Amino acid sequence: MLYKLDAASVAKKVAGRELSSEEYIHQVLERIEKVEPKVNAFITVNKKAVEQARALDREIRDGKPAGPLAGVAVAVKDNISTKGIRTTCASRMLDDYVPPYDATVVRRLQDAGAIIVGKVNLDEFAMGSTTEFSRHGPTRNPWDISRVPGGSSGGSAASVAALECAVSLGSDTGGSVRCPASFCSVVGLKPTYGLVSRFGLVSYANSLEQVGPAGRTVADVATVLGVIAGFDEHDNTTAAGRPSYSAYKKRPLRVGLVKEFIEGADEQVVKIIRGAVDTLAKEGCACEETSLPSVKYALASYYTIAMAEASSNLSRYDNMRYGFESSPEGYEWNSYFSHARGNFGEEVKRRIITGSYVLSSGYYGKYYLKAQQARSIIRKELKSLFKKYDVLAGPTMPILPFKIGEKIDDPLKMYLVDVDTVVANLAGVPAISVPAGFAGGLPVGLQLMADEFCEQTLFDAAGMFEQAAGVRGSPDL
Amino acid sequence: MEYMIGLEIHCQLTGLASKLFCPCACNYRGSEPNANTCPVCLGLPGTLPLLNKKAVEFAGMISLALGCRIPDEIMFYRKNYFYPDLPKNFQLTQYNAYGITSIGVDGKLAYGEKSARIRLVQLEEDPGRLVYEGGSMEKSLYTLVDYNRAGVPLVEIVTEPDFTDPKDVRDFLNKITSIVEHLGICDTNLEGAVRCDANVSVAGGNRVEIKNVSSFADVEKALRYEMTRQKTMVSRDIEVKAETRHWDDARKVTKESRSKEEEQDYRYFPEPDVPSIELGGDFTKSLQRSMPELPDARKARFESMGLTPHVAAVLIDNKELADFFESAIKMHNSPKEIANWLVTDLMGFVDEKEKEAGHYLSGIKAGPAHIADLAKLVEAGTVNRATAKQILAQVVETGEMPSDIAKKTQVTRIDDAGALAQAVDAVFAAEPSAVADAKKNPAAANFLLGKVMQQTKGRADPKAALELIRKKLA
Repeated sequence: MLYKLDAASVAKKVAGRELSSEEYIHQVLERIEKVEPKVNAFITVNKKAVEQARALDREIRDGKPAGPLAGVAVAVKDNISTKGIRTTCASRMLDDYVPPYDATVVRRLQDAGAIIVGKVNLDEFAMGSTTEFSRHGPTRNPWDISRVPGGSSGGSAASVAALECAVSLGSDTGGSVRCPASFCSVVGLKPTYGLVSRFGLVSYANSLEQVGPAGRTVADVATVLGVIAGFDEHDNTTAAGRPSYSAYKKRPLRVGLVKEFIEGADEQVVKIIRGAVDTLAKEGCACEETSLPSVKYALASYYTIAMAEASSNLSRYDNMRYGFESSPEGYEWNSYFSHARGNFGEEVKRRIITGSYVLSSGYYGKYYLKAQQARSIIRKELKSLFKKYDVLAGPTMPILPFKIGEKIDDPLKMYLVDVDTVVANLAGVPAISVPAGFAGGLPVGLQLMADEFCEQTLFDAAGMFEQAAGVRGSPDL
Repeated sequence: MEYMIGLEIHCQLTGLASKLFCPCACNYRGSEPNANTCPVCLGLPGTLPLLNKKAVEFAGMISLALGCRIPDEIMFYRKNYFYPDLPKNFQLTQYNAYGITSIGVDGKLAYGEKSARIRLVQLEEDPGRLVYEGGSMEKSLYTLVDYNRAGVPLVEIVTEPDFTDPKDVRDFLNKITSIVEHLGICDTNLEGAVRCDANVSVAGGNRVEIKNVSSFADVEKALRYEMTRQKTMVSRDIEVKAETRHWDDARKVTKESRSKEEEQDYRYFPEPDVPSIELGGDFTKSLQRSMPELPDARKARFESMGLTPHVAAVLIDNKELADFFESAIKMHNSPKEIANWLVTDLMGFVDEKEKEAGHYLSGIKAGPAHIADLAKLVEAGTVNRATAKQILAQVVETGEMPSDIAKKTQVTRIDDAGALAQAVDAVFAAEPSAVADAKKNPAAANFLLGKVMQQTKGRADPKAALELIRKKLA
């Protein structure tokens, strides 16, 4: 049952040669094979994983220093480029696309000794909150396979929860790591904008998104962040320096429970979140309720900006140089573009059309510019709250995981579930979702936000809570 | 009738080593198709643009040279449109509609006696190239795309519609060429390194854009054609359509674009992947300090050496000539003499077509050392001017040094007074009637001089010979 180990244990044992990565990866792959018919988290399993693990064992035997993720099984969201392994974004548009280069985060994982076991499912081009909008079918919530795992990094969170890997990478544009982390009862982090390189992350909304780790413990998430974070010469938006993170420190933090985040949330969720804040108070934190009135602008601002950027980012998919099997023979180029681009899924088309509309001349000022103004108000308000509080708390998701298909036909209802997560993306600040409890057997996540580049504060708070609350366990599969 | 002409000039920053947003070579010429590419300039999923800071400096230098103001902060915008030569289906460029973010604005450039206002200078990426194997879109069954050029840094210079005469446009473009050459940022002789679109309207009518003019020299022709076309239409009461017309290089006419260009909405918005660039006053100040000498200053310096404004202007208009001149005077400090040899004589050997294309010195084997040597020979009186011209003709062909040619063919001037007197005596003996003539009419002495020069194969010093002839006639 080696696949149950967390990343810290695997790395320690592999480094100490108590455990061969090959044996461990072999068991992980067996686990994947066993549970995938139920969970459907993977799009592509890395056929070379065992071979790579064997090579790593050999290097360690030869005395090469072991990295912080030596031998650890990692799953990577299928919108992050992996050299030689197809990267589909769960879209027909990229069915046959095999990147000729590795994303910076992938290279850093491999340099740290990680073994990439496969590429995991998502909503097409990361547009969605349920992982239902995938060419490869929906991923199911390991705690109740009739329910959604959240999204868009549903495969990243579900694979960690289902013990198909120790840790994973997702991407978070408006909550896409935290939402599935909450629904699947794992830890998920959205780092500060500019902390982690986006080179190799297929852009959905580039001013909002970051690559973020998911894991079963706060410590594992902190370790992965330490590996992937820091300046990258391939991404002009990364900040200087290569930070490192330590195990959590118990300390009396100032915690603000954001009123607007619990108003309108499911009662069962609110109860658990209030209980979580009480737990932090018992650990010595100064907790009180506070308010972030600009939350009311967040969803409209987020979706306007995200769709505008998406409409432009996705222009390049014209199937001229890569994509899927289709011959341009006999088409005039304009009609070929239309033909090829007809292969996007419904949700992606909806966002491209809406995004094109808000950027069109005459509407730019009315929508895009307004959204940017709202964004700066939200940022300012958050900044001033962070003078009073070290962390801001609330539920990650205002509701419990719902049934597959329940909201798929009502885009507006679907967008509403992101209300608590988009704030951190708009403001560029880090946020973490940590398992807070269960309601009727369904997971609830506690979201904690901190000021820019204060990821260590989040790890301290989340780690303290994790230790005190002891919300652990794995689903039966 | 009143004309208004405005220009959009695109100038590749060929002086840079790499493209605007990736490390691929800026010099794509001569590469196998699509060999000069990488994931970034191909716009592969997940790639991000990395700004070449040197390109910002170069664009800043052009802005200063054109008298533009450089804002404290510049940004890049996405211009969204679908076209097969555009890997991302958007172009990274600059845009001023929501606040000034382009590298230069509000400039003015004097050329000759006139000047034109510069609306803006912006930095952007060149698209790839469409290749038609049949020679044209109409004659090809398919289109090939070569992305080697995609991402090459371009500076776009947009003027206000301040021109009324195509000749002025030509002079202005020559000035721009000279400026970018002097700044060392663009080799304008490279195919496609400089391009110009023009817009023209007549008598306040609709504006017509002329595209696809591949050389500065043809801009003047295209404008003349288009002005005549519009004038004819106006005189027949036909409304000139607002449209884009393409210059047909083979037939030398502008023609309607075959594909109907719809009103495009480019959906501009700021590029999130390139953070805005803070320039501030320090950027401008340090650029100003490092600016090389510009054409106007250089011309003034040449005039201070005694060159006429005309000669100085001819040299400055083509940096290659000006550099040639400066090298030559370093070897032999006689500016006026050397400038005259260069502008009047050497240029006579250059094919008019080559000059038109801006290739002043191609195919000429005479370098600065040759002209310096030649000037030295003449000034020392070793050869006379007529002989020197003959020597120059030979130098241009063979590249031999003038002093070597002079020695080899013994065209050195006859210094020996005795030898000269002998030649004069011989002519007097052979031409008795001309001598008689000359005694009555002093102007006829020139005929005798010609004979002496003939006899000596031009080696006689004409001054000394004429003196001798006059003495003998008296």
